[in-house]
Amino acid sequence: MRRLAKTYGGGADAVDALRDIDFTVAEGEFMSIVGPSGCGKSTLLKILAGLMPASGGEALLNDVPITGPRRDIGVVFQSPVLFPWRSVLGNVLLPVDVQRLGRERMTGRALELINLVGLSGFERRYPWELSGGMQQRVALVRALIHDPALLLMDEPFGALDALTREAMNVELQRIWLERRKTVLFVTHSTTEAVFLADRVLVMTPRPGRIGDMLTVDFPRPRSLDVMTGETFGAHVRRIRTALNAGGGIE
Amino acid sequence: MKGNPTTFLLRLGLIALTLLVWEGLVRLFAIPAFILPAPTAIFMALYRGFASSLYLDHMWITLTETLMGFVLGSVLAFALGIAVALSRRVEYFLYPFIIMFQAMPKVALAPLIIIWFGIGLLSKVVSAALVAFFPLMVNTIVGLRSAEEDRVNLMRSLAATRGQIFWMLQLPNALPYIFAGLEIAMIFALIGAIVAEFVGAQSGLGMLMQSMNFTMDVAGQFSILLILSAVGLLLNSIVNEVRRRVLFWDPSQKLDVASPAKKGGTP
Repeated sequence: MRRLAKTYGGGADAVDALRDIDFTVAEGEFMSIVGPSGCGKSTLLKILAGLMPASGGEALLNDVPITGPRRDIGVVFQSPVLFPWRSVLGNVLLPVDVQRLGRERMTGRALELINLVGLSGFERRYPWELSGGMQQRVALVRALIHDPALLLMDEPFGALDALTREAMNVELQRIWLERRKTVLFVTHSTTEAVFLADRVLVMTPRPGRIGDMLTVDFPRPRSLDVMTGETFGAHVRRIRTALNAGGGIE
Repeated sequence: MKGNPTTFLLRLGLIALTLLVWEGLVRLFAIPAFILPAPTAIFMALYRGFASSLYLDHMWITLTETLMGFVLGSVLAFALGIAVALSRRVEYFLYPFIIMFQAMPKVALAPLIIIWFGIGLLSKVVSAALVAFFPLMVNTIVGLRSAEEDRVNLMRSLAATRGQIFWMLQLPNALPYIFAGLEIAMIFALIGAIVAEFVGAQSGLGMLMQSMNFTMDVAGQFSILLILSAVGLLLNSIVNEVRRRVLFWDPSQKLDVASPAKKGGTP
């Protein structure tokens, strides 16, 4: 059981990005964080990734405060952020090189994960030879290669077209069911948030606060069909209401 | 416009036409050879120069000076560029010098360099290095600083050290800029060597041109300009070929022009 609580006091800063964020994510849980632009959800992830210090409160991973970048956290950014001079395999092995985990030992695992996301045969290709969806899968594998305790995803499919995005959602669920990582998934799509998550955290802007928290208990694996169901619609409506209450949608 | 045989023939035809008109005008108006020689006279001078091994000997000297200056200037520019890009303090203190030297036409220093380093090989190498130095240094700095924030964040999120960020991200990321700098540095080195030869030398194509000027051998000077142009093209294509192989991953390499801004002030 790991506790992840985050309070980030106002302070003297001109912009109050996050206020009184306090929640816990269970091990192996998939939590979506949804909110409009500028609600501080990316700021929250940056603090959790150790890229930015909190100005108040603290974030704990396995009861240890996050004070800087950690080796047991994997991050997937909005864009794939692949290095064009590295092949697919080379990009996936970047964390291995940085953390000196030994390429010989980890290449097998890398190939296995590449296979898991359906990119077998592309190991020696270079990023520019891949489509946007494929690039983001490479980024996902890179985030998983060093077996992190926590996976942070910052609108990873935001730049993809709607159809690719749905396919990637199904794909991500499949991978998650197989690997059972603790995931914090930031998105501004309410449907994506509900489809993927065990729980959805709704954030409202200026300052970023928790507007609502709801539990989604559709059985897994979920197919895209759940999106058309009654309960799914009710969840989405509840998120909308919370966003509106916070002045989130203009 | 590329790859079309008709337009290629037109291109050749235009060159041939230019030479013909030139030749015709010189003969028609009986222009003296010490003002404007006819193309045939230039080619004759070129042939005589190579037949007597005179041109080859001097070309070899100039080439040596250029390449040594290029290597010396590049190594220094690369080292200083890294220091400036990575350390705000180094940048702060060197900035006034950089600004002053960048705007200054470096070739104007050639007479001083001859006084300090003599009329032998060394002064030409120093002059070539000095002129080649700035474009590469500026491009190295810009390149090292151009790493996208997302990529830096990715490295940081993996708990990478500063050294790892440099070797795994900043340096490869800067390579397109560095090669653009090397390309200019190569041509600039040739300029630096030739100018220093003009000012004071015992050998080299620049010195040869200078002495031909005294004897009013204008056809000879034209023939050396042709050689210099060929040498410049050759050196440039060597850098280009290396770049094409190293930067196979850079999409801008597929274009004809090097994409990163070519900076570095005046030669």
